Amino acid sequence: MADQTPPQPRVRTLIHGTDTLKRGVPGELRITLGHPMENGMRHDGYGNVVPRSIATRFECKLDGVLVLAADLYPAVAANPYIALWVRADGPGTLSFEWWGDWGFHHRETRAIQPT
Amino acid sequence: MKHGPDLNRPRRQLLGAAGGLWLALTTRPAAAVSAPETLQAMVRAWAGGRPVTPGRVLLDVPPLVENGNAVPISVRVDSPLTAAEFVQEIVVFNEKNPQRDVVRVRFGPASGRAQVDTRIRLATSQQLVALARLSDGSQWSAHVDVIVTLAACIEP
Repeated sequence: MADQTPPQPRVRTLIHGTDTLKRGVPGELRITLGHPMENGMRHDGYGNVVPRSIATRFECKLDGVLVLAADLYPAVAANPYIALWVRADGPGTLSFEWWGDWGFHHRETRAIQPT
Repeated sequence: MKHGPDLNRPRRQLLGAAGGLWLALTTRPAAAVSAPETLQAMVRAWAGGRPVTPGRVLLDVPPLVENGNAVPISVRVDSPLTAAEFVQEIVVFNEKNPQRDVVRVRFGPASGRAQVDTRIRLATSQQLVALARLSDGSQWSAHVDVIVTLAACIEP
């Protein structure tokens, strides 16, 4: 049913590494979005193409300052995982934001207290 | 209008032109060497006519992949990420996916290290290329051959 908007996936996120950051030292964050990343090339049991539904854009910001932005394509595996490095010079708020097909949008925030 | 060779033109000039053509062909960017044509075309389009040099980019992929549905890749660029010299963009292309793009990454001022890890799909054994554009305009590449034993993108 390509003419209907597919239901938005219910997503969950896993964000690791925010509580072990050190002040002024780059630290690794490991971020997973639970999302099927339907690549638009598969067929269902009736031969219909399953409409593409992927997350196409990811942005991580620290207090509004860009850390990393990524454009994702269908070749990214399901449940897109991104590990990135952030350097925080003091307490702040990290935001993680995804956009995708059919108006998909998801946002997470984490307060950090680098030691 | 003449279609044949211009017989009035001196022979020496023609030979010189041929030599110049040979030189232009043999001094292409080294990154394009040994890459499949599909990848070369993507690299050329991304490079925008400027040279791409192998090196400074580290593309870490397991050489033998058992499950093509989630292949961990890691791209790192040898750059201090200061205000004077930073990484503008990292892209990864594959060779055999109908859509060659895998991921395009930009780094911001709050990033501490020009490294990104992710997981990708690979349908079959092929070559991957990671490209990086630095703030000074230089462009760098890394090619990796991957062998996939269980493919992604096959109907379950």
